[in-house]
Amino acid sequence: MAAKELTTPLTAEVVEGLHAGDEVAITGVIYQARDAAHKRLVALIEAGEPLPFELEGAVVYYMGPSPAKPGNVIGSAGPTTSGRMDAYAPLLMKHGLKGMIGKGLRTPEVKQAMVDNKAVYFAATGGAGALLAQRIVGNEVVAYPELGAEAVAKLEVKDFPAIVVNDCHGADLYEEGRKKYEKSA
Amino acid sequence: MGNVRDLDVADVTAAVKKLCMEANYDLPGDVYQALKDGKEAEESPVGKAVFDQLIENADIARTDRVPICQDTGFAVFFVNIGQDVHFTGGTFKDAMDEGVRQGYGDGYLRKSVAEQPAHERKNTKDNTPAIVHTSIVPGDKVEISMMAKGGGAENMSSLNMLKPSQGWQGMVDAVVATVSKAGSNPCPPIVVGVGIGGTIEMCTLLAKKALLREIGSVHPDARIAGMEKELLEKVNALGIGPQGLGGTQTALAVFIEEMPCHIASMPMAVNIQCHAQRHKHVVL
Repeated sequence: MAAKELTTPLTAEVVEGLHAGDEVAITGVIYQARDAAHKRLVALIEAGEPLPFELEGAVVYYMGPSPAKPGNVIGSAGPTTSGRMDAYAPLLMKHGLKGMIGKGLRTPEVKQAMVDNKAVYFAATGGAGALLAQRIVGNEVVAYPELGAEAVAKLEVKDFPAIVVNDCHGADLYEEGRKKYEKSA
Repeated sequence: MGNVRDLDVADVTAAVKKLCMEANYDLPGDVYQALKDGKEAEESPVGKAVFDQLIENADIARTDRVPICQDTGFAVFFVNIGQDVHFTGGTFKDAMDEGVRQGYGDGYLRKSVAEQPAHERKNTKDNTPAIVHTSIVPGDKVEISMMAKGGGAENMSSLNMLKPSQGWQGMVDAVVATVSKAGSNPCPPIVVGVGIGGTIEMCTLLAKKALLREIGSVHPDARIAGMEKELLEKVNALGIGPQGLGGTQTALAVFIEEMPCHIASMPMAVNIQCHAQRHKHVVL
């Protein structure tokens, strides 16, 4: 199957055209943010203060890289478990977030927020950090450098491979894929 | 009685530094082969594509000397210390920590250890402390086994204080339930370590130690080998598949370590490891 080419930022129309199981190749800017950064972003929204990047149409990547070797753009850069960001994701979607890249299961609340706000959840291959780093061509920390691997960074990606797990129509590849191959005892 | 052998702890530090770096760059041969075999056995096309990515990823990491995964883990060691060894030049534990500090620093590995877990969660910035499990064994050698243990898979592990009346079926149910609940989170295809018996700390330790086994190796006790085979089949029947996207290859292996337990107890622990089963060992 040929991957669908996506360019960020994402629009509601593009998100509506994506379905669970679609393989995609993402090009453009995505934002690296994980646990500690999410906590701070949500605190800013709740305080009515501006965010360090434009959330409208944005795609966040749940990732904390290993340190870059001299001469490299970034260290290994695979996804972390998304479930830890579930507490924060619905509010970010309400404020314009359109895409999330990570790995692992989301809560019913997050999936509902994707339907309500026309957003999409992609899985990248967990543990393929060396491979995925090769698709990251630019890397600039835009907030919280003191958090080290947990800082917010603006990443320029080219043909970043991912697969749609949860679409804005309520489908879930984790559930459907598993059912397809489940063998009863 | 053997002669006492002096061993400079600087040698321990140097060995640990090397282990940390190589474990994170070089996927062991048994795991690499398991990924190739898994790809052949996998029925799902998406699952096969995941295996392709993982094999290519391991190749890139080995060639470019970069970490297989950005989560370069908590550094866990099992050390068998010959009782005729006498460490000189410093303390053994400091030498282990220093090896981790140097390996994670010079090796461009991620520092993933936070202190005050319930409060500040401040990064210790050098990936210390090392987790070190020591055993005193006969002889004058020191054997160090290292595992880089990622957080995502560790979080999906479980401790089960079962009733003796639940028997083997109770254990099967608990292992399958643990893997089922974990779903896509621990980066399948996983390796499952099962510790049976002992006390709460012993069964979890056995589960971790089980993860050091070579994939493809058969347990020398035929009874336990049969238990491992049954569990692997049941876990793979869940349909979770590579990365949880559906498929027949949820686990690459199930390994069991067993010991006697109290007449009132039946402890069992499940320690899950992701497909990046990074382990390496050295003898000093």
